Amino acid sequence: MKPTKKEKPEFESLTVLGAEYSTLYTKKYKDRKPYAPADYKKIYSFIPGTIRGVFVEKDQEVNAGDKLLTLEAMKMDNEIITSISGKIKSINVVVGQMVKKSELLVELY
Amino acid sequence: MTSLGQKTRELKEKMKGALQGGGEKAIEKQKATGKMTARERILAVVDSGSFHEYDLFVEHAGKDFDMDKKYLPGDGVVTGTGTINGYPICIYAQDFTVAGGSLGFMHAKKITKIMDHAMKLKVPLIGINDSGGARIQEGVNSLAGYGEIFFRNTQASGVIPQISVILGPCAGGAVYSPALTDFVFVVDKISKMFITGPEVIKTVLGEDISMEDLGGARVHSETTGNAHFFALSEPECFEQIKKLMSFIPWNNSKKAEPFPIKNPKSKVYKLSEIFPTDSKKPYDVRLIIKAICDDSDFFEVQELFAANIVIGFARMSGQTVGFVANQPMVLAGVLDVDSSDKAARFIRFCDAFNIPLVTLVDLPGYLPGIDQEHAGVIRHGAKVLYAYSEATVPKITVILRKAYGGGYIAMCSNHLKADFVLAWPTAEIAVMGPEGAANIIFRNEILNAPNPEEARQKKIDEYKEKFANPYVAAAYGYVDAVIEPLKTREFILHAIEISAQKKEDRPVKKHGIPPF
Repeated sequence: MKPTKKEKPEFESLTVLGAEYSTLYTKKYKDRKPYAPADYKKIYSFIPGTIRGVFVEKDQEVNAGDKLLTLEAMKMDNEIITSISGKIKSINVVVGQMVKKSELLVELY
Repeated sequence: MTSLGQKTRELKEKMKGALQGGGEKAIEKQKATGKMTARERILAVVDSGSFHEYDLFVEHAGKDFDMDKKYLPGDGVVTGTGTINGYPICIYAQDFTVAGGSLGFMHAKKITKIMDHAMKLKVPLIGINDSGGARIQEGVNSLAGYGEIFFRNTQASGVIPQISVILGPCAGGAVYSPALTDFVFVVDKISKMFITGPEVIKTVLGEDISMEDLGGARVHSETTGNAHFFALSEPECFEQIKKLMSFIPWNNSKKAEPFPIKNPKSKVYKLSEIFPTDSKKPYDVRLIIKAICDDSDFFEVQELFAANIVIGFARMSGQTVGFVANQPMVLAGVLDVDSSDKAARFIRFCDAFNIPLVTLVDLPGYLPGIDQEHAGVIRHGAKVLYAYSEATVPKITVILRKAYGGGYIAMCSNHLKADFVLAWPTAEIAVMGPEGAANIIFRNEILNAPNPEEARQKKIDEYKEKFANPYVAAAYGYVDAVIEPLKTREFILHAIEISAQKKEDRPVKKHGIPPF
């Protein structure tokens, strides 16, 4: 955006309270992420690490607050807990497995 | 008996040892990366011949890990006093060639000493940062050093202007001194600022990112808003510092030095050519500022960050003023998280340092969006209300076109105690734009009409005719004068002139609690 004096800027449209304005977008506005509601049935790794314990089985009933896994990361054993009650649909990791950030670990029905 | 000459020669020899910094090899390395040395930088900022260095013979206090056997000239930082444009300043520059500019106990002592000087002398402080971070060998003493600096930064805030120049790495805790100061200068490909570096991010999160993309000059100028001035080279950066210094006072009990009055370049900046009356059309509000201010010389702050609001310094009849203006060219000039943050901080700087505020209003309201709501646009937006309401410097507002809803209130309206609210005949001061208002007020009439689209347009036109103007607000006295656009400069000059002795008291308190 620095010196735009020479180039003709390409204006886009922005609607605020029913009125449409011709204007430029900022980089941040263009890069904004679309909103996705939280899906508590899918449990992802929040940090890369190693699975040290698996405490549930497929089709097992679980209650909110139950421990599902232990994920060791940064020399800490992190307990992975479900925030909702339900039934285990799939467990995608085994003990000893290394996981990256944002990998799907466990899914509930 | 040794003669005075002999003693002087000994001193000179001793100084030579200290002045060499980290030695030829380290200096060569510094230059290879496009960087100047600490002393060269200071000499490039201050007036020629004005720099006086202190604490050249300070030695480091490290005892462990064989540090006691090492000599670190000046302990890796150069401190002193000088003048810029003839005005006194205190300055320090970290010397990367000495132990990577790492901050040890005595290094920090030198910095806090010059900071204390700046506070006693009531002169601006400039800090040039180029350091690998804490000197690990000195352990907790190096943490103590940072803490002492942060405390002083905070004490000095609003008393003397504080400027940080990032000319190398500035990582970990070190970043918080610049963050506490008023203006941060960065240089492309040289400045690097972050709390945790790429290596830590890689090991902890498994995410790959380069130093430049994580915390380079561009990132801090465009994305984070941590930096206020972006330059392509060190010399350009030093010119920016000198220019900024010309606009601001030495301390909070003074006004900025007046300059000779110069008229705007009215042949270059013509309002009739810059300004579209159709409120949905974009234009560059900076050109309006240039059409109004002395010599059309507008010194923009945070040009690349949240460009939907424009802030910066200019002069009106030789006196420094701070301009805050919605930018219709970018995101229609809306207030959002970033632009609110940017404006509020600038307003508070101007208020602290006796710089009158001129606000140019043209905005449709706040930026709609889930991301904005979730990013806290409520508390960030509140900062603008807080900053304007709190400010007691002369406040002059000019409403150019749209001033709708909450945006109208926030942009230094009569209700936040602007001293003078002026409006152009093109101003539209209303609870919202005609489209939104018609849809709500005449909802049923529009839905039940034989031709809803036609009915909608008719109601929009009716509303526009009746309310999209400055005269409704003027009838209530919320606008002090509806003025001819070409008389804007004259009106502002007059307002500033008669506000010269303005004094407004606020309730006595320890301090307010702004929505940080």
